[in-house]
Amino acid sequence: MSRENSLVTAQWVEDNLDTDGVVLIEVDEDTTAYDKGHIRGAIKLDWTTDLQDQVRRDFVNKEQFEALLSGRGVSNDDTVVLYGGNNNWFAAYAYWYFKLYGHEDVKLLDGGRKKWELDSRELTDELPTRAKASYTAQEQDPSIRAFRDEVVAAIGTQNLVDVRSPDEYAGRLLAPAHLPQEQAQRAGHIPTSVNVPWSKNANDDGTFKSDEELTALYDEVGFDTGKDTIALCRIGERSSLTWFVLTELLGRKNVKNYDGSWTEYGSLVGVPVALGDEPGSADGKGN
Amino acid sequence: MCGAKEGGLSLDGVNVAKEAVIQGQVLRSGDEPVANAYVRLLDRTGEFTAEVPTSATGHFRFFAGDGEWTLRTLAPKAQPVDTRVVAATGSVAEVQVLVTA
Repeated sequence: MSRENSLVTAQWVEDNLDTDGVVLIEVDEDTTAYDKGHIRGAIKLDWTTDLQDQVRRDFVNKEQFEALLSGRGVSNDDTVVLYGGNNNWFAAYAYWYFKLYGHEDVKLLDGGRKKWELDSRELTDELPTRAKASYTAQEQDPSIRAFRDEVVAAIGTQNLVDVRSPDEYAGRLLAPAHLPQEQAQRAGHIPTSVNVPWSKNANDDGTFKSDEELTALYDEVGFDTGKDTIALCRIGERSSLTWFVLTELLGRKNVKNYDGSWTEYGSLVGVPVALGDEPGSADGKGN
Repeated sequence: MCGAKEGGLSLDGVNVAKEAVIQGQVLRSGDEPVANAYVRLLDRTGEFTAEVPTSATGHFRFFAGDGEWTLRTLAPKAQPVDTRVVAATGSVAEVQVLVTA
Protein backbone atom coordinates (compact mmCIF):
# COMPACT_ATOMS: atom_id res chain seq x y z
CA MET A 1 0.00 0.00 0.00
CA SER A 2 0.95 3.63 -0.23
CA ARG A 3 -0.38 7.08 0.46
CA GLU A 4 -1.68 7.28 -3.12
CA ASN A 5 -3.68 4.06 -2.74
CA SER A 6 -5.13 4.61 0.70
CA LEU A 7 -5.67 8.36 1.10
CA VAL A 8 -7.60 10.99 -0.81
CA THR A 9 -7.56 14.74 -0.31
CA ALA A 10 -10.55 16.92 0.48
CA GLN A 11 -10.23 18.40 -3.00
CA TRP A 12 -10.35 14.92 -4.55
CA VAL A 13 -13.55 14.23 -2.63
CA GLU A 14 -15.09 17.50 -3.75
CA ASP A 15 -14.15 16.71 -7.34
CA ASN A 16 -15.69 13.22 -7.11
CA LEU A 17 -18.95 13.88 -5.29
CA ASP A 18 -20.91 12.74 -8.31
CA THR A 19 -18.60 9.99 -9.55
CA ASP A 20 -20.31 6.64 -9.99
CA GLY A 21 -18.84 3.91 -7.84
CA VAL A 22 -17.45 6.27 -5.21
CA VAL A 23 -19.27 5.91 -1.90
CA LEU A 24 -18.59 8.39 0.89
CA ILE A 25 -19.18 7.06 4.40
CA GLU A 26 -19.03 9.15 7.57
CA VAL A 27 -18.18 7.45 10.87
CA ASP A 28 -17.92 9.66 13.94
CA GLU A 29 -17.19 9.24 17.61
CA ASP A 30 -20.08 11.65 18.17
CA THR A 31 -22.70 9.58 16.39
CA THR A 32 -24.98 12.60 15.97
CA ALA A 33 -22.42 14.65 14.03
CA TYR A 34 -23.57 13.34 10.64
CA ASP A 35 -27.16 14.32 11.38
CA LYS A 36 -26.14 17.94 11.92
CA GLY A 37 -24.46 18.11 8.52
CA HIS A 38 -22.35 15.90 6.29
CA ILE A 39 -20.63 15.88 2.92
CA ARG A 40 -23.19 15.71 0.13
CA GLY A 41 -24.02 12.14 -0.81
CA ALA A 42 -22.30 10.58 2.20
CA ILE A 43 -24.01 7.78 4.07
CA LYS A 44 -23.60 7.18 7.79
CA LEU A 45 -22.29 4.27 9.78
CA ASP A 46 -22.82 4.34 13.55
CA TRP A 47 -19.88 2.58 15.19
CA THR A 48 -21.90 1.81 18.32
CA THR A 49 -24.88 0.18 16.63
CA ASP A 50 -23.76 -0.71 13.10
CA LEU A 51 -20.24 -2.01 13.75
CA GLN A 52 -20.62 -3.53 17.22
CA ASP A 53 -22.67 -6.57 18.10
CA GLN A 54 -25.34 -5.35 20.50
CA VAL A 55 -25.10 -8.39 22.77
CA ARG A 56 -21.50 -9.62 22.71
CA ARG A 57 -18.53 -7.29 23.20
CA ASP A 58 -17.35 -7.94 19.67
CA PHE A 59 -17.75 -6.91 16.07
CA VAL A 60 -20.72 -7.69 13.92
CA ASN A 61 -20.02 -10.97 12.18
CA LYS A 62 -19.61 -11.59 8.47
CA GLU A 63 -23.32 -12.05 7.82
CA GLN A 64 -24.22 -8.94 9.81
CA PHE A 65 -21.60 -6.92 7.93
CA GLU A 66 -22.95 -8.16 4.62
CA ALA A 67 -26.48 -7.21 5.62
CA LEU A 68 -25.33 -3.80 6.82
CA LEU A 69 -23.55 -2.84 3.61
CA SER A 70 -26.18 -4.39 1.37
CA GLY A 71 -28.86 -2.37 3.14
CA ARG A 72 -26.88 0.86 2.78
CA GLY A 73 -26.33 0.26 -0.92
CA VAL A 74 -22.60 -0.47 -0.86
CA SER A 75 -21.27 -2.93 -3.45
CA ASN A 76 -18.10 -4.98 -3.45
CA ASP A 77 -16.63 -3.06 -6.38
CA ASP A 78 -17.34 0.41 -4.95
CA THR A 79 -14.52 2.73 -3.95
CA VAL A 80 -15.33 3.39 -0.31
CA VAL A 81 -14.05 6.71 1.06
CA LEU A 82 -14.30 6.99 4.83
CA TYR A 83 -14.13 10.16 6.87
CA GLY A 84 -15.11 11.29 10.34
CA GLY A 85 -14.47 13.48 13.32
CA ASN A 86 -11.66 13.39 15.85
CA ASN A 87 -9.04 13.19 13.12
CA ASN A 88 -10.66 10.12 11.61
CA TRP A 89 -10.55 8.00 14.80
CA PHE A 90 -13.59 5.92 13.93
CA ALA A 91 -13.20 6.37 10.20
CA ALA A 92 -9.85 4.60 10.59
CA TYR A 93 -11.56 1.98 12.73
CA ALA A 94 -14.08 1.45 9.92
CA TYR A 95 -11.25 1.37 7.36
CA TRP A 96 -9.58 -1.43 9.32
CA TYR A 97 -12.98 -3.11 9.57
CA PHE A 98 -13.46 -3.00 5.80
CA LYS A 99 -9.98 -4.49 5.38
CA LEU A 100 -10.78 -7.13 7.99
CA TYR A 101 -13.69 -8.25 5.87
CA GLY A 102 -11.72 -8.06 2.63
CA HIS A 103 -13.04 -4.94 0.88
CA GLU A 104 -10.66 -4.23 -2.01
CA ASP A 105 -10.90 -0.49 -2.56
CA VAL A 106 -11.16 1.61 0.57
CA LYS A 107 -9.59 4.97 1.35
CA LEU A 108 -9.52 7.63 4.05
CA LEU A 109 -10.22 11.31 3.48
CA ASP A 110 -6.98 12.88 4.72
CA GLY A 111 -7.87 15.11 7.67
CA GLY A 112 -11.42 13.82 7.86
CA ARG A 113 -14.32 15.98 8.84
CA LYS A 114 -12.12 18.52 10.58
CA LYS A 115 -10.09 19.30 7.47
CA TRP A 116 -13.31 19.59 5.47
CA GLU A 117 -14.78 22.00 8.01
CA LEU A 118 -11.62 24.05 8.47
CA ASP A 119 -11.58 24.48 4.67
CA SER A 120 -15.17 25.81 4.99
CA ARG A 121 -16.36 23.26 2.43
CA GLU A 122 -20.07 22.58 2.07
CA LEU A 123 -22.02 20.36 4.46
CA THR A 124 -25.64 19.39 3.99
CA ASP A 125 -28.39 17.76 6.03
CA GLU A 126 -29.96 16.24 2.91
CA LEU A 127 -30.01 12.45 3.17
CA PRO A 128 -28.88 10.48 0.10
CA THR A 129 -30.89 7.61 -1.31
CA ARG A 130 -29.08 4.51 -2.52
CA ALA A 131 -30.56 1.36 -3.99
CA LYS A 132 -29.96 -1.77 -1.94
CA ALA A 133 -26.99 -3.84 -3.02
CA SER A 134 -25.80 -7.41 -2.57
CA TYR A 135 -22.58 -7.29 -0.61
CA THR A 136 -20.42 -10.36 -0.01
CA ALA A 137 -17.76 -10.14 2.71
CA GLN A 138 -14.69 -12.33 3.10
CA GLU A 139 -13.92 -14.22 6.28
CA GLN A 140 -12.14 -12.05 8.86
CA ASP A 141 -8.44 -11.61 8.09
CA PRO A 142 -6.63 -12.83 11.23
CA SER A 143 -3.36 -11.29 10.07
CA ILE A 144 -4.49 -7.79 11.09
CA ARG A 145 -6.41 -8.52 14.32
CA ALA A 146 -4.77 -9.37 17.67
CA PHE A 147 -6.43 -11.18 20.57
CA ARG A 148 -5.57 -11.03 24.24
CA ASP A 149 -3.52 -14.22 24.52
CA GLU A 150 -1.16 -13.21 21.76
CA VAL A 151 -0.87 -9.77 23.30
CA VAL A 152 0.25 -11.28 26.61
CA ALA A 153 2.69 -13.49 24.70
CA ALA A 154 4.03 -10.44 22.87
CA ILE A 155 5.30 -8.78 26.06
CA GLY A 156 9.02 -8.33 25.65
CA THR A 157 9.10 -10.03 22.26
CA GLN A 158 7.13 -7.87 19.80
CA ASN A 159 6.68 -4.16 19.15
CA LEU A 160 3.78 -3.20 21.40
CA VAL A 161 2.65 0.31 20.53
CA ASP A 162 0.25 1.94 22.97
CA VAL A 163 -1.23 4.93 21.17
CA ARG A 164 -3.22 6.47 24.02
CA SER A 165 -2.34 9.87 25.49
CA PRO A 166 0.64 9.97 27.88
CA ASP A 167 -1.65 10.39 30.88
CA GLU A 168 -3.67 7.29 29.97
CA TYR A 169 -0.49 5.30 29.32
CA ALA A 170 0.98 6.30 32.67
CA GLY A 171 -2.23 5.45 34.50
CA ARG A 172 -3.13 9.01 35.44
CA LEU A 173 -6.33 8.80 33.34
CA LEU A 174 -8.52 5.80 32.52
CA ALA A 175 -10.09 7.23 29.37
CA PRO A 176 -9.49 10.04 26.88
CA ALA A 177 -9.71 13.36 28.66
CA HIS A 178 -12.92 14.41 26.97
CA LEU A 179 -14.78 11.31 28.21
CA PRO A 180 -15.95 10.31 31.71
CA GLN A 181 -13.18 8.42 33.52
CA GLU A 182 -14.60 4.93 33.54
CA GLN A 183 -14.11 1.57 31.79
CA ALA A 184 -11.15 -0.70 32.68
CA GLN A 185 -10.71 -1.98 36.22
CA ARG A 186 -7.07 -0.91 36.39
CA ALA A 187 -5.05 1.98 34.94
CA GLY A 188 -1.63 1.71 33.36
CA HIS A 189 -0.11 -0.03 30.35
CA ILE A 190 1.21 -3.36 29.13
CA PRO A 191 4.83 -3.80 30.22
CA THR A 192 7.34 -3.19 27.40
CA SER A 193 4.78 -1.32 25.31
CA VAL A 194 6.03 2.03 24.06
CA ASN A 195 3.86 5.12 24.05
CA VAL A 196 3.43 6.77 20.66
CA PRO A 197 0.24 8.81 21.01
CA TRP A 198 -1.85 8.56 17.86
CA SER A 199 -1.96 12.35 17.70
CA LYS A 200 1.72 12.45 16.77
CA ASN A 201 0.75 10.97 13.38
CA ALA A 202 -1.32 14.00 12.46
CA ASN A 203 -0.85 17.66 11.69
CA ASP A 204 -3.00 20.24 13.46
CA ASP A 205 -5.57 20.15 10.65
CA GLY A 206 -5.94 16.37 11.02
CA THR A 207 -4.01 15.43 7.87
CA PHE A 208 -1.27 12.84 8.19
CA LYS A 209 2.34 13.89 8.54
CA SER A 210 4.79 13.08 5.75
CA ASP A 211 6.22 9.59 5.37
CA GLU A 212 9.61 10.94 6.49
CA GLU A 213 8.15 12.46 9.66
CA LEU A 214 6.19 9.29 10.42
CA THR A 215 9.23 7.08 9.90
CA ALA A 216 11.25 9.25 12.27
CA LEU A 217 8.47 9.10 14.84
CA TYR A 218 8.67 5.31 15.12
CA ASP A 219 12.45 5.19 14.79
CA GLU A 220 12.67 7.48 17.83
CA VAL A 221 11.05 4.90 20.11
CA GLY A 222 13.18 2.03 18.88
CA PHE A 223 10.54 0.42 16.68
CA ASP A 224 12.17 -2.81 15.46
CA THR A 225 11.18 -3.44 11.83
CA GLY A 226 12.32 -7.05 12.21
CA LYS A 227 9.61 -7.80 14.74
CA ASP A 228 5.86 -8.19 14.46
CA THR A 229 3.81 -5.32 15.87
CA ILE A 230 0.61 -4.94 17.85
CA ALA A 231 -1.06 -1.55 18.28
CA LEU A 232 -3.55 -0.85 21.04
CA CYS A 233 -5.41 2.00 22.72
CA ARG A 234 -8.54 1.89 24.87
CA ILE A 235 -11.15 0.34 22.58
CA GLY A 236 -9.27 -0.08 19.32
CA GLU A 237 -10.19 2.98 17.32
CA ARG A 238 -7.16 5.20 17.88
CA SER A 239 -4.95 2.16 17.34
CA SER A 240 -6.75 1.56 14.04
CA LEU A 241 -5.39 4.92 12.96
CA THR A 242 -1.87 3.90 14.00
CA TRP A 243 -2.36 0.54 12.26
CA PHE A 244 -3.32 2.53 9.15
CA VAL A 245 -0.15 4.63 9.39
CA LEU A 246 2.17 1.67 9.94
CA THR A 247 0.56 -0.64 7.39
CA GLU A 248 -0.94 1.54 4.69
CA LEU A 249 1.33 4.59 4.74
CA LEU A 250 4.68 3.15 5.85
CA GLY A 251 4.21 -0.34 4.42
CA ARG A 252 5.28 -2.14 7.61
CA LYS A 253 4.56 -5.88 7.58
CA ASN A 254 2.82 -7.99 10.22
CA VAL A 255 1.05 -5.23 12.10
CA LYS A 256 -2.08 -6.12 14.07
CA ASN A 257 -4.67 -4.01 15.81
CA TYR A 258 -5.72 -5.17 19.30
CA ASP A 259 -9.33 -4.04 19.39
CA GLY A 260 -9.84 -5.44 22.90
CA SER A 261 -7.20 -2.90 23.92
CA TRP A 262 -7.01 -1.48 27.42
CA THR A 263 -10.69 -2.01 28.25
CA GLU A 264 -10.01 -5.73 27.97
CA TYR A 265 -6.39 -5.96 29.14
CA GLY A 266 -6.94 -3.58 32.07
CA SER A 267 -9.77 -5.78 33.33
CA LEU A 268 -7.94 -9.12 33.10
CA VAL A 269 -6.95 -10.92 36.28
CA GLY A 270 -3.32 -11.91 36.69
CA VAL A 271 -1.65 -10.12 33.78
CA PRO A 272 1.27 -7.75 34.38
CA VAL A 273 0.61 -4.01 34.40
CA ALA A 274 3.10 -1.14 34.39
CA LEU A 275 2.47 2.32 35.85
CA GLY A 276 4.22 5.56 35.05
CA ASP A 277 5.84 6.99 31.97
CA GLU A 278 8.39 4.21 31.34
CA PRO A 279 7.59 0.99 29.42
CA GLY A 280 8.47 -1.31 32.33
CA SER A 281 10.08 -4.72 32.23
CA ALA A 282 8.93 -7.96 30.66
CA ASP A 283 8.67 -9.67 34.07
CA GLY A 284 6.11 -7.08 35.12
CA LYS A 285 8.18 -6.04 38.15
CA GLY A 286 9.80 -2.80 39.08
CA ASN A 287 6.89 -0.44 38.49
CA MET B 1 -23.11 17.71 23.62
CA CYS B 2 -25.56 18.28 26.40
CA GLY B 3 -28.06 21.08 26.17
CA ALA B 4 -26.71 24.49 27.06
CA LYS B 5 -28.00 26.67 29.84
CA GLU B 6 -27.18 30.19 30.88
CA GLY B 7 -23.72 30.31 32.40
CA GLY B 8 -22.57 27.03 30.90
CA LEU B 9 -23.45 23.48 29.97
CA SER B 10 -25.94 21.53 32.01
CA LEU B 11 -24.27 19.09 34.38
CA ASP B 12 -27.32 16.86 34.64
CA GLY B 13 -26.18 13.24 34.69
CA VAL B 14 -22.55 14.11 35.39
CA ASN B 15 -21.02 12.84 38.60
CA VAL B 16 -19.02 15.98 39.28
CA ALA B 17 -17.67 14.58 42.55
CA LYS B 18 -15.51 12.04 40.69
CA GLU B 19 -14.59 14.11 37.64
CA ALA B 20 -12.36 17.11 36.95
CA VAL B 21 -14.53 18.95 34.45
CA ILE B 22 -13.29 21.62 32.05
CA GLN B 23 -16.02 23.17 29.95
CA GLY B 24 -16.90 26.39 28.27
CA GLN B 25 -17.92 28.24 25.14
CA VAL B 26 -16.13 29.55 22.06
CA LEU B 27 -17.24 33.00 20.95
CA ARG B 28 -16.40 35.35 18.08
CA SER B 29 -16.75 39.14 18.28
CA GLY B 30 -17.53 38.92 21.95
CA ASP B 31 -20.86 37.16 21.93
CA GLU B 32 -21.33 35.11 18.71
CA PRO B 33 -21.14 31.37 19.48
CA VAL B 34 -18.77 29.48 17.17
CA ALA B 35 -20.08 26.07 16.14
CA ASN B 36 -17.71 23.47 14.69
CA ALA B 37 -14.61 24.99 16.17
CA TYR B 38 -12.12 22.47 17.53
CA VAL B 39 -10.92 22.67 21.11
CA ARG B 40 -7.79 20.69 21.86
CA LEU B 41 -6.64 19.74 25.35
CA LEU B 42 -2.86 19.81 25.84
CA ASP B 43 -1.22 18.38 28.95
CA ARG B 44 1.38 20.12 31.12
CA THR B 45 4.12 19.19 28.61
CA GLY B 46 2.14 20.50 25.65
CA GLU B 47 1.19 16.99 24.49
CA PHE B 48 -2.13 16.48 22.69
CA THR B 49 -4.56 14.68 24.98
CA ALA B 50 -8.01 15.11 23.46
CA GLU B 51 -9.97 17.25 21.05
CA VAL B 52 -13.67 17.96 20.66
CA PRO B 53 -15.74 20.03 18.24
CA THR B 54 -17.96 22.72 19.68
CA SER B 55 -21.72 22.31 19.68
CA ALA B 56 -24.18 24.51 17.79
CA THR B 57 -24.03 26.86 20.76
CA GLY B 58 -20.24 26.91 20.79
CA HIS B 59 -19.96 24.76 23.91
CA PHE B 60 -17.41 22.06 24.73
CA ARG B 61 -16.54 19.81 27.67
CA PHE B 62 -13.62 17.70 28.87
CA PHE B 63 -13.33 15.26 31.75
CA ALA B 64 -9.66 15.84 32.48
CA GLY B 65 -7.34 14.86 35.31
CA ASP B 66 -6.18 17.11 38.14
CA GLY B 67 -3.63 19.71 37.17
CA GLU B 68 -2.75 22.39 34.66
CA TRP B 69 -3.96 22.12 31.07
CA THR B 70 -3.96 24.23 27.95
CA LEU B 71 -6.96 24.58 25.65
CA ARG B 72 -5.96 25.22 22.02
CA THR B 73 -8.90 26.42 19.95
CA LEU B 74 -8.95 26.13 16.14
CA ALA B 75 -11.80 27.77 14.24
CA PRO B 76 -12.36 28.49 10.56
CA LYS B 77 -10.98 31.88 9.53
CA ALA B 78 -9.54 32.57 12.96
CA GLN B 79 -6.18 32.51 14.67
CA PRO B 80 -5.54 29.60 17.10
CA VAL B 81 -6.08 30.61 20.72
CA ASP B 82 -4.34 29.03 23.73
CA THR B 83 -6.03 29.26 27.13
CA ARG B 84 -4.53 27.97 30.38
CA VAL B 85 -6.86 26.23 32.83
CA VAL B 86 -6.54 24.29 36.08
CA ALA B 87 -8.71 21.23 36.63
CA ALA B 88 -9.50 19.61 39.97
CA THR B 89 -11.59 16.58 40.82
CA GLY B 90 -14.96 17.65 42.19
CA SER B 91 -15.02 21.01 40.48
CA VAL B 92 -15.99 22.55 37.14
CA ALA B 93 -13.59 24.93 35.43
CA GLU B 94 -15.67 27.23 33.21
CA VAL B 95 -13.75 28.81 30.31
CA GLN B 96 -14.73 31.36 27.69
CA VAL B 97 -12.60 31.44 24.54
CA LEU B 98 -12.68 34.43 22.21
CA VAL B 99 -11.44 33.90 18.64
CA THR B 100 -10.55 36.61 16.16
CA ALA B 101 -9.60 36.67 12.49
